[in-house]
Amino acid sequence: MATANVQPVDLPRRINRALAKVSPWVIYGVGLIPAAWYFYLGATNALGANPVQSFEHLLGEWAIRFLILTLIVTPLRELTRVNLVRFRRALGLLAFYYALMHLATYVLLDRGLDLGVIATDLMKRPYIIIGMTGFVGLLALAVTSNAASIRKMGRNWTRLHWVIYPIALLGITHYLMAVKSWPPRPLLYLAIISVLLGYRLFRRMLPNIIQRRAAA
Amino acid sequence: DAALAAKASNYKVSDPLTPREDATSYNNFYEFGTSKSDPAANSKDFKPRPWTIKVDGMVGKPLEFDIDDLMAKMALEERVYRFRCVEAWSMVLPWTGFMLADLIKQAEPLGSAKYVAFRTAQRPKEMPGLDTFYPVLDWPYREGLRLDEAMHPLTMLAVGIYGDLLPNQNGAPVRLVVPWKYGFKSIKSIEAITLVETQPVTAWNTAAPQEYGFYSNVNPTKDHPRWSQASESVIGSGGFFGGKKRQTEMFNGYADEVASLYAGMDLQVNY
Repeated sequence: MATANVQPVDLPRRINRALAKVSPWVIYGVGLIPAAWYFYLGATNALGANPVQSFEHLLGEWAIRFLILTLIVTPLRELTRVNLVRFRRALGLLAFYYALMHLATYVLLDRGLDLGVIATDLMKRPYIIIGMTGFVGLLALAVTSNAASIRKMGRNWTRLHWVIYPIALLGITHYLMAVKSWPPRPLLYLAIISVLLGYRLFRRMLPNIIQRRAAA
Repeated sequence: DAALAAKASNYKVSDPLTPREDATSYNNFYEFGTSKSDPAANSKDFKPRPWTIKVDGMVGKPLEFDIDDLMAKMALEERVYRFRCVEAWSMVLPWTGFMLADLIKQAEPLGSAKYVAFRTAQRPKEMPGLDTFYPVLDWPYREGLRLDEAMHPLTMLAVGIYGDLLPNQNGAPVRLVVPWKYGFKSIKSIEAITLVETQPVTAWNTAAPQEYGFYSNVNPTKDHPRWSQASESVIGSGGFFGGKKRQTEMFNGYADEVASLYAGMDLQVNY
């Protein structure tokens, strides 16, 4: 039996090296495929019996998914040293684009630009108010996502971008309030978001070794 | 499916029928999952035959029928009813069935009976939505009507749709149809109909009493606490760009027939 000569493999480093060759633009290209696909299905009448609502819900769900991916970047780096920070802006902006398409679908296709009904929704329906609040937050992050804003705002940029945490909670609350009973999918997203926010809350209580590894 | 012989009825709304494919693929039947496509996808193993349905409780003559015997015994007719879901969408559906009153009368209700309780089958092996990490509703699914609502000529037990036997996802082999109430009142795959003295426990009312009242009559002036009930999306009305909205009517358009059942009641309180 031959003995394999096992070299210690630094897997995170290998992954990071491979990722260094990937342009962040790839994330946008891949990330927008679901929206294009659903639009094609909708336009060809292949999105089921209630296509507008299906389209609206699918876009909203992808906004939540990209929000989750955005929030995974930091714990992933700290726990495994796999560094996706170069892609975080693209992931966050995709969450914003999906939220924007979700909102546009509600305004144009679902409510048919009926401004009276939309205004009533905005004043009377807590889940709409919560969703809109989250969207305004995402909008603020999206317009300050460029390098010039980061330079100009300095520490305030970090302070502003902290609102991604309440936005995640607003988003999942909006989802849970729009459905009857407690279906499994939004509860799963809530669980993931809770873990990701909980990680940040209790980070200081975690063993120092994690922080040392992150600094390495 | 064998086509069902049924006589035509005067109970027919003139709105265009919902396409059959939409009505049999877009369903709420949480015993098979919470997504609209789940009931059609996950109900293949459900066995609607043989099936026994019983009428018991405060009756002089409790009854128990095999579903096929019951269908042979009752005069089946086809009616076209509006169907309004509490989620603000609607369909127009051709049901085949008979008046619930005709069945209940045979059981000879006692004077003390005031309500009718309905219960759906609970078969985790055939209904994957029952066999989940946590229960989405307090199973088995239960519904109820006041006795006068149950005896109303509009209230049907349906065994078919579009001239065929009910598909599993639509509530095979027998379901309730109460066209002036939100769809969740029209309980599916019924095993037991029990006459009782007090208002029965119902599934959605138990889950969220402030959102789903016992009556749950279609009422455009009484919003769901989280969304409006003033209008409804018409399922199958033109797809992605031309989907129609329709103003919701009081009692789903059946006010002439049923408003008198609620004379003197505050429908904002008794929602």
